[in-house]
Amino acid sequence: MIRFNLNGQSVSIDADPDMPLLWALREDLELTGTKFGCGAALCGACTVHLDGKAIRSCSTPLSLVEGKHVTTIEAVSAERVGAAVQAAWVAHDVPQCGYCQSGQIMSAVALLAQKPKPTDADIDSAMSGNICRCGTYNQIRAAIKDAATTLSGGAR
Amino acid sequence: MPSVTSSVENSVTDASRRDFLKGSIAGALVIGISLSTGTRHALASAQSAAFTPNAFLRISEDNVITVISGTVEMGQGVLTAIPMLVAEELDADWSRIRFEQAPTAAVYNNPAFGMQATGGSTTVRAFWAPMRKAGATARHMLVAAAAQQWQVPVSSLTTANGFVVASDGRKASYGSLVALAAQQPVPTDPALKDPKDFKILGKALKRLDTPAKTNGSAKFGLDAPKLPGMVVAVMARAPLPGAKPRSVDSAKALAVKGVVQVLTIPNGIAVLATGYWAAKTGRDQLVIDWDMGEHAGLSSEKISELLEAKAQMAQTAGVVALETGDIANASGKNLEATYQAPYLAHATMEPLNCTAWLKPDSLELWTGTQGQGPLQNILSSITKVAPENIKINVFLLGGGFGRRIAPDFAIDATVLSMVSGKPVKLIFSREDDMAAGFYRPASVTRLSASLDAQGRPVKLNVGVGTPSIAVASGFIPLPPSGLDGQAMEGIADHPYDIPNQRIAYGRAEPGPQVWFWRSVGHSQNIFFMESFMDELAHAAGQDPYHYRHGLLGHQPRYKAVLEAAAEKAGWGKPLPKGVFRGIAVGQSFGSYVAEVAEVSVDAEGQPKVHRVVAAVDCGMTVNPEIIRRQIEGAIVYGLSAALYGRISYKDGRVEQGNFNDYPVLRMNAMPKVEVHILPSTEAPGGIGEPGLPPLAPALANAIYAATGKRVRQLPIDPNLLKKA
Ligand code: FES
Ligand code: FES
Repeated sequence: MIRFNLNGQSVSIDADPDMPLLWALREDLELTGTKFGCGAALCGACTVHLDGKAIRSCSTPLSLVEGKHVTTIEAVSAERVGAAVQAAWVAHDVPQCGYCQSGQIMSAVALLAQKPKPTDADIDSAMSGNICRCGTYNQIRAAIKDAATTLSGGAR
Repeated sequence: MPSVTSSVENSVTDASRRDFLKGSIAGALVIGISLSTGTRHALASAQSAAFTPNAFLRISEDNVITVISGTVEMGQGVLTAIPMLVAEELDADWSRIRFEQAPTAAVYNNPAFGMQATGGSTTVRAFWAPMRKAGATARHMLVAAAAQQWQVPVSSLTTANGFVVASDGRKASYGSLVALAAQQPVPTDPALKDPKDFKILGKALKRLDTPAKTNGSAKFGLDAPKLPGMVVAVMARAPLPGAKPRSVDSAKALAVKGVVQVLTIPNGIAVLATGYWAAKTGRDQLVIDWDMGEHAGLSSEKISELLEAKAQMAQTAGVVALETGDIANASGKNLEATYQAPYLAHATMEPLNCTAWLKPDSLELWTGTQGQGPLQNILSSITKVAPENIKINVFLLGGGFGRRIAPDFAIDATVLSMVSGKPVKLIFSREDDMAAGFYRPASVTRLSASLDAQGRPVKLNVGVGTPSIAVASGFIPLPPSGLDGQAMEGIADHPYDIPNQRIAYGRAEPGPQVWFWRSVGHSQNIFFMESFMDELAHAAGQDPYHYRHGLLGHQPRYKAVLEAAAEKAGWGKPLPKGVFRGIAVGQSFGSYVAEVAEVSVDAEGQPKVHRVVAAVDCGMTVNPEIIRRQIEGAIVYGLSAALYGRISYKDGRVEQGNFNDYPVLRMNAMPKVEVHILPSTEAPGGIGEPGLPPLAPALANAIYAATGKRVRQLPIDPNLLKKA
């Protein structure tokens, strides 16, 4: 039995401790907002927060999650940074197919939580693990800067 | 996909007049139009469609207007564009518009194909007239209803923002009129607006699908519901078409906790388990000895040799796609070049997947497909379930790019459900998605030209050596000559004035499964042609922009985008030190695009793209912001391919498996992109694909400007660009 806190609620699941968190979320807990893209920590589609840090859930075994806090896209708007990022994503109409966007948003929220005023280089290094095959990178960058402005109290 | 001709729209309009359906269902006015291509086959399906509950829009009493889209959403924005077309003619309140994905039914056939499919950048082109007509018809009936209610002449009424308005100022919302509207006679030919009166079309409205795509609630095929007793399948797919397992040792796979069954089906070996992780772990434990048949030992070297031989043959004996003047009579300064482009995977962000549940007399699927219409027929012939008992629940597509019009993943899921007797969710691992893919064909193309004393080309002889997607797809019969139009598109229809030409095809079939890939034949051919034009310009000692411009005498739309891209990019003006420009132009799917790439190359030969400026003439626009995003997205997709994309073979196996060895563009390499849309009153062109073809040649031409080295093979090899 592995217990952890998921989006503010404690959950326990009976699964192979080697199984990646991604599949526990998607299949056992039926939270499908977190996506599968590569299964090898190469694309970022599966990004969630583990104790506030962005991690690739496809390559994080359940055993490492025991007793920790996991936040997924479904709950990210519950706190201030997440809400601002999501609003900026909507304002910039970022998504195309949308499949990568849960992961993009989770990476962006983790970045802004750590660096409220990221430079372009900060954005490059925090976001280059997240692939978007539809090519929305420039809109993602603009939305991150916009959210940073909102969060620092400036007008959008 | 077959190209769309302008006659499509006319035949659609005629057919829709005949097949108009109406009805009032549960307090909603339902308006539908049967579409057909006018062929006998299509007419038959249109008639049978009259028995299915079908509709393109639904107005409910609470004033919500639901627009139903027959084509599917894979990022290109159809779930916003289709509603915009309807809302414009309906004078609807945009804030009350909702979208719905259509079920599978002939009434939703794409007029461009005569079947329910999404591809070939056709949605706006094919549905431009019929969706506007659906909206205009509804508006006409709502006005008639208000006229009856108020006992005033129809001519005294106007519509705006979801209301019918009387001359005395009385207003009735559309929702309040639905019951009465449903009783009105259906107009045979409601007037459509003059484009200059458009209020919604041409506006950068927000996408309707954005909110769901930012909070985790958007549902893709992979998010299909858990079904009772469902198993998850991961397959080891045959490495090449025709390969068969000689032996399979599944003992270790079956020992993995959660693995239920191992099944061999025609396309490979599947491990069925309680979840993905167990299935994938089991799949990795399979020991398979493949009989590769005729493709044993296939390698990229052998493929290149075959393609090159065919290209060479084509220059003298190929199937002629274009011939003007007489190349034997032209002479001057001679140039010759051989270009090559590799196989490419689509690598959609969402790995292919399909959930299938076969019951005694019915089949239900949950998937993201570009071709639900053909799929229904294919699966009917496999399962013997009548097409009308095959329900396909279409989800959002996490990228399509042509790959999801193939039926393979749905066939395999269905066969697995048939054999196992359970509902099966088939998920491709990224590795299987990559290594057992349907690929953009590799191509080798040889070009020879002669320039006169002024540097103008007087002769062009081209031989294209590449496989036929038409044959591989089974969708498109080749003519008796054996000419595959898609193998030649972008080169046989190049825009330049050259008096003596011969452009010919040499079909080569090395073995890998080839398929439609964003912009299809244009993706290689415009790279070859526009790079070679650059070579000619330099050989003539002329500026590549002005050289092209001087040869576009009969091509005003090409000329206009070329001029606009050059002007917006500041062609000829100074750039930061070390940055150089390249330019290219192309037409595909009815839209004209020119691009200027600004590029530097470092000492290691690594190119960096700083900015891409694109100018687009895609005719009348539905949503300019979606157009800009599609062009930008196609530039990124093209850049990934030009810089890194390559599927290669060694010993009959693909050498790539994931994003580590099949890299794609990431944030840190993303250039600035500017897209300028030229105003136009021409019929709408496609927009999902045309931004891609000019990117690779614009980039390669900029690299030549930077290094003096000509890129004749993709992807770009930095080793060849290193400073000596
Ligand atoms: S699915 Fe986890 S990084 Fe790609
Ligand atoms: S929006 Fe499609 S992959 Fe990013």
